[in-house]
Amino acid sequence: MQITDSDRRLLRHLQADPDITMAALAERAGMTAATATRRLEKLRRGGILKATRARIDWAALGYAVEVSLRFTLDKTDPRAFDEFIAEARNVPEVHEIQTFLGRVDVRLNILARDMAHYQEIYRDRILTLPHIADIEALMHVADIKLDEALPL
Amino acid sequence: MTDLDETDRALLRALAADATQGAGALGRRFGLSQPAAWRRIRRMEQAGILAGRKVELNAAALGFGVTVFLGVKLASKGRVSLEDFERAVTAIPEVQTVQHVLGMYDYRLRVVARDLSDFERVLRRRIMTLPGVGNVEANVLLSEERRPGPLG
Repeated sequence: MQITDSDRRLLRHLQADPDITMAALAERAGMTAATATRRLEKLRRGGILKATRARIDWAALGYAVEVSLRFTLDKTDPRAFDEFIAEARNVPEVHEIQTFLGRVDVRLNILARDMAHYQEIYRDRILTLPHIADIEALMHVADIKLDEALPL
Repeated sequence: MTDLDETDRALLRALAADATQGAGALGRRFGLSQPAAWRRIRRMEQAGILAGRKVELNAAALGFGVTVFLGVKLASKGRVSLEDFERAVTAIPEVQTVQHVLGMYDYRLRVVARDLSDFERVLRRRIMTLPGVGNVEANVLLSEERRPGPLG
């Protein structure tokens, strides 16, 4: 799908302020509301604008502990990635699964109510995952920037 | 506030998937009147659990083919203030998220670039020149999966 400069402008403003009204968005992007609506719909259908999601504050929900676990897998077994990820999906506290090219193979983001809860998840659900060669933990302290915006 | 019932959790899951749904549509889906659904959503907003919205874009289709996670260790924490580093790093457009962490790194950054040579430019000109930056580890993102987490 062809993406024009006007599309990028629309997405840039929408990304900066996802609660913006269509009228205000159209004005900022320098087009009519009808054009903005039509373009956004096209971007949605084309899979460029994938979703508008609610941001959940896990700490406010009672999940005060967030830990990033970085795994090196035993890659002598060709099924290591698939089996590890399939098992990790069964752990409800796993919030993100990412795979990498680099020193880290897989990263799991874990949410827990407190340190005791984290320790329980770590012992009973994480250490029992298959094909783990090594684990490192990074404990989340604060989000300094979290908008995840693209530099359009 | 953790006294959410099953209906609240279902609303949260639905809004995390698509925040453009109104209280009327959500109410019909979960067997609530429009005002009842609205009151529940409002209550979770006031408790800070629903913390705004975010737009999810197709980075690859918009020309950002590479996402890299960087683990950054500060070289001299005693002298360089964390604020200097944080101020400078959050101003880099290609840096999408910055997390302060505890462990073998001090910060975890999510960086987007057009391709690997563009990433090299960002790394050399913008990241390595940050005040106080020490050891940097890069892992190129291959795949990413967001799970409902403890709501699921």
